[in-house]
Amino acid sequence: MFEAIAFYLFAFLTIAMFFIAVTTSQALYALTALAAGMIFISAFFFILDADFLGAIQIVVYSGAVMALYAFGMMFFDTTREVKEKRGNALIISGLSILSAVLVVLIVAAPMVATNITASYPVNPALGNTQDVGMILFTKYLVPFEVAAVMLLVAMIAGIVLAGKKMDLSLTLMTEAEIIDMKKDQNKKVLS
Amino acid sequence: MEIGLNHYLVLSTILFAIGLVGVMRRKNLLMLFFATEILLNAVNIAFAAISHYYGDLTGQMFAFFVIAIAASEVAVGLGLLIVWHKRHNNIDLDQMSTMRG
Repeated sequence: MFEAIAFYLFAFLTIAMFFIAVTTSQALYALTALAAGMIFISAFFFILDADFLGAIQIVVYSGAVMALYAFGMMFFDTTREVKEKRGNALIISGLSILSAVLVVLIVAAPMVATNITASYPVNPALGNTQDVGMILFTKYLVPFEVAAVMLLVAMIAGIVLAGKKMDLSLTLMTEAEIIDMKKDQNKKVLS
Repeated sequence: MEIGLNHYLVLSTILFAIGLVGVMRRKNLLMLFFATEILLNAVNIAFAAISHYYGDLTGQMFAFFVIAIAASEVAVGLGLLIVWHKRHNNIDLDQMSTMRG
């Protein structure tokens, strides 16, 4: 009973938040709606007995990813209205057909596969966090290490891409130096 | 009323469709990134629900790796976006149609 109430409440909230994030013309509204939707999604993970996944969802998505977007948005002009594409009838009809096929496939897929046996069954004697740890560091150790290397690569790429000219400080430079630097930059872009 | 696997799969499909609409109609590249986050989250819900109803931890493992990939995608994508914005002073998708450096 309570599970049903929680499911429908959070389903409504999540769909509303993501709908706002997709349709609003303000970048800041989209960012906050998305962050709220991420937190509501973690509620589903707690309902589904995936406690560790729920905690990770809050920490990584609403903590790290949203903070990263918020920092990234300092570089962009967020007060400007977001322009939208004009609706193309062909694309919209194609999307609707694709979505309908997706619904049918997703609902039909578990019915086709009736005799599925769990390869890594849940151990009821352990908690979810301990259970996840046992599987992650034995059966999924290699993917875990590869994911760690991938995160390192992404971190280096982010620093290299976004950190250009970070050694210069516009507040400590004099007006003439800034004008000189801008002239140099224009030359580089034009050449 | 009992909540079954299909409830979660339908919810996941609705969220995925919302994300898909966002990907198709957004012109601003930052908003496009938001829509891809919605897509990844919709899939994560489906993974967690299947993991719960089949008593198998594989779904949760896949959800972890999806989250890790999403985090690295944001780091690299946002870095590229900042470089593009510094150079061209806009992040509209239509301006990126040419492959001129």
